[in-house]
Amino acid sequence: MSNVTNLGRSGLSDWVIQRFSAVILAAYTFFILGSFLIHPDMDYVQWKTIFENNLMRIFSLVTLAALCAHAWIGMWTVSTDYITALQFGKRATAVRLLFQAGCILLISVYLIWGIQILWGF
Amino acid sequence: MRVFIKFAKGLALLTGRLAESINLKDKRPVNLDITTIKFPLAAITSLLHRLSGIFIFLGVALLLYFLDLSLQSESGFALVLELLDSVFVKLLTWAVVAGLLYHLIAGCKHLLMDMGVGETKEGAHTGAVTVVVLALIAFMVAGVWIG
Repeated sequence: MSNVTNLGRSGLSDWVIQRFSAVILAAYTFFILGSFLIHPDMDYVQWKTIFENNLMRIFSLVTLAALCAHAWIGMWTVSTDYITALQFGKRATAVRLLFQAGCILLISVYLIWGIQILWGF
Repeated sequence: MRVFIKFAKGLALLTGRLAESINLKDKRPVNLDITTIKFPLAAITSLLHRLSGIFIFLGVALLLYFLDLSLQSESGFALVLELLDSVFVKLLTWAVVAGLLYHLIAGCKHLLMDMGVGETKEGAHTGAVTVVVLALIAFMVAGVWIG
């Protein structure tokens, strides 16, 4: 059961991806918070200038990818911990797969929408 | 005939043991009675780390919506600021930002523990207290900033 739906097909690989993506997400969060500190009265032009920079687009896209991987590993962990036969009986596998499918759907929406935002203005 | 009976008996015994050993896994005692489980602070901060993770997984939708609007045009940017004037949107945004900051702080502690920092019983408690204190400060700063 455990090795079919997880991201890296191994717990160790997932463990590494989870930490690596966490560092990227933390760096991006600090960067955005820092930009709000530097521009306390941020206006549209300043905001747009930050995101127009190609390096920023790459940073944002890498972060978006990290978010997708991080969210999937997290939601997978939670679903395999709490949606088991212990709580859901015989229907556990069906409920868990349905929940995981919903997560994948939302992650896909975030990824595609995110790319559209970053390159669509 | 005697050989056959012996064989059948052996087979039955083996099947029984096999079934027993499979069932044994399910018969292990499992305690999920929350009223009898002790939740030290480290367990609570860990649980909140998971809950905040689930919450901000959904909250990202709000952040992406704001990013989308704010980058589209001057009027879109103004609309985000206008939306943030409403108390409900302020509270919702604060909740998502607070969830994000909590997850970030608890995550930093997690990475430190991965590196072997604070792995003792006392260290875990100190770490949990630090997470709670830093998180409360972060919640207040975020509240003042959004509010």
